[in-house]
Amino acid sequence: MRVFMALVRRELAGAFNALTGWVVMAATALLTGISIVDLVTKLSDRPTDSPVTELFYQSAYFWVILLVVSPVITMRTFAAEKSSGTYEALMTTPVGDWQVVLAKYTGSMLFFGLVWLPLFGVLLILRQVTGEVGLLDPGSTAGAFLGVMLIGSVYMALGCFASSMTRSQIIAAMVSFLLGIGLWILSLRPVSTNVGDGRWARLLDEMSLLRHMDDFARGILDSRHIVFHLTVTLLFLFLTQRVVESRRWK
Amino acid sequence: MEAAPMIEVRELTKRYPGRTAVNGISFTVGRGEVVGFLGPNGAGKSTTMRILSAFMPATSGTARVAGYDVFHEPDEVRRRIGYMPENNPLHLDMRVREYLKFRARLKGMGWGRSRERVDTVLQQCGLTDVQKRIIGQLSKGYRQRVGLADALIHEPDLIILDEPTIGLDPHQIRSVRALIQDLGRRHTVLLSTHILSEVEMTCSRVLILNRGEILAVDTPANLERNLGLDGQVVAEIAAPAQDLRDAFRDLQDLERFDLSPLDGGFYRVALTPRDGVDLRPVVFDIVGQRRWRLRELTRSRHTLEDIFVHLTRGRREEP
Repeated sequence: MRVFMALVRRELAGAFNALTGWVVMAATALLTGISIVDLVTKLSDRPTDSPVTELFYQSAYFWVILLVVSPVITMRTFAAEKSSGTYEALMTTPVGDWQVVLAKYTGSMLFFGLVWLPLFGVLLILRQVTGEVGLLDPGSTAGAFLGVMLIGSVYMALGCFASSMTRSQIIAAMVSFLLGIGLWILSLRPVSTNVGDGRWARLLDEMSLLRHMDDFARGILDSRHIVFHLTVTLLFLFLTQRVVESRRWK
Repeated sequence: MEAAPMIEVRELTKRYPGRTAVNGISFTVGRGEVVGFLGPNGAGKSTTMRILSAFMPATSGTARVAGYDVFHEPDEVRRRIGYMPENNPLHLDMRVREYLKFRARLKGMGWGRSRERVDTVLQQCGLTDVQKRIIGQLSKGYRQRVGLADALIHEPDLIILDEPTIGLDPHQIRSVRALIQDLGRRHTVLLSTHILSEVEMTCSRVLILNRGEILAVDTPANLERNLGLDGQVVAEIAAPAQDLRDAFRDLQDLERFDLSPLDGGFYRVALTPRDGVDLRPVVFDIVGQRRWRLRELTRSRHTLEDIFVHLTRGRREEP
């Protein structure tokens, strides 16, 4: 556990020492700010009863930010260490492969959580200014936050996997962006088109991240969704561990 | 277990797709030895070291460190090795002390013990004054010391250093070498280099590696003697050329005799003896008897460079 904590701390410190961490946080804060301004402007034309969090997470803004920011967070994890050579120094200490993989994933998750904090700041300010108490409905806010973390978990695991396969951060970012956007397009289909009753159509429907997020943002916690996200996360972490271990295959 | 040699390598082979990096090498390193891996780039030095440090497996053959198999008991091996990889990779954004503490933690040390060990290695490697500095802002020589400090921190039985002095300026090389010599008193050290003078200065035994094969294993002195490469005597004498020729040509134990004119009436006399006999006293006596003027008398020692060229002669350079 001590070793694990040291590794997680290194991950976070690495992100902030390298400046990319600050850039990512600033960029996300700016993007969420612009998105909220745009949402609020639209709201003043067409008022609705839904809380702003719900509107935000159901909008395309959230997805664009998620898809762009996730690869940048995870690209460092393995690729940077491989290209600088510190990976070799790390892997010749008595630290287990799983420990390394989980620490890198945990570091990414913590950072991902930090990145969304400015959004709550924005919402608080909005509540102060408008005097609307219903703006931050605790149920939907908590649901939305859990949803963001679950979807983020899938994207962080997928990004770690992409990063573990290469020594180039650019390639890692591109691969995880492609995988991420692929997952998103798959999710888009059941929402945008009218799906039939076929088995595949139903499967896609169940797997749709957008559907899941809709529910989360409304404060609905469907255990199927949670299990789905955790399973996909574990799948990618498992694949990452296999890649890390593969250097010891004969 | 304690009786086992520090390193025991048998028939070790590592093949990469389309290339054999290490081709069936065997050697042992006893406890307390300082052994140098000598060879040109691409000879298989780094590959062998990576296998020994349990970073990657061999294609075939076995390697044991302190009696533990590097493939089957990698963690036992890693606990006993302090390894500094090629180019000494460090987290450049960390501070010296912070980095060493982090590494101590990874190597399984608790809070109190890691603090104590960090203080010790900081002092041992002369880093106490820079412990709060960011590694990326240190000179290469200091970074090398940080790498060494990391290799030492868990008091390993065996220290493996891959090209520890590469890219340093002469001053830094001297201080890093002094550190390594110091380490050699307490630990078993295996270091690689392609600088020949380095093994001569620091190592008690040399393994010469070329294209994945071991060409020779011996002490630097033995290598010189066995190959009959040492002992050429050079003298600068002021005398007529014919007299010099008459005086030296028929000496006992003389293999070769060369004469070349220098400035001010001096000649350079080069005498190559048979079987490494020292010809200096003979030359001195001759010069003294004839009352010639002598301004230099030296016996050249053949360097490892000559040995290396001799051993690898006729082998094509790899593309």
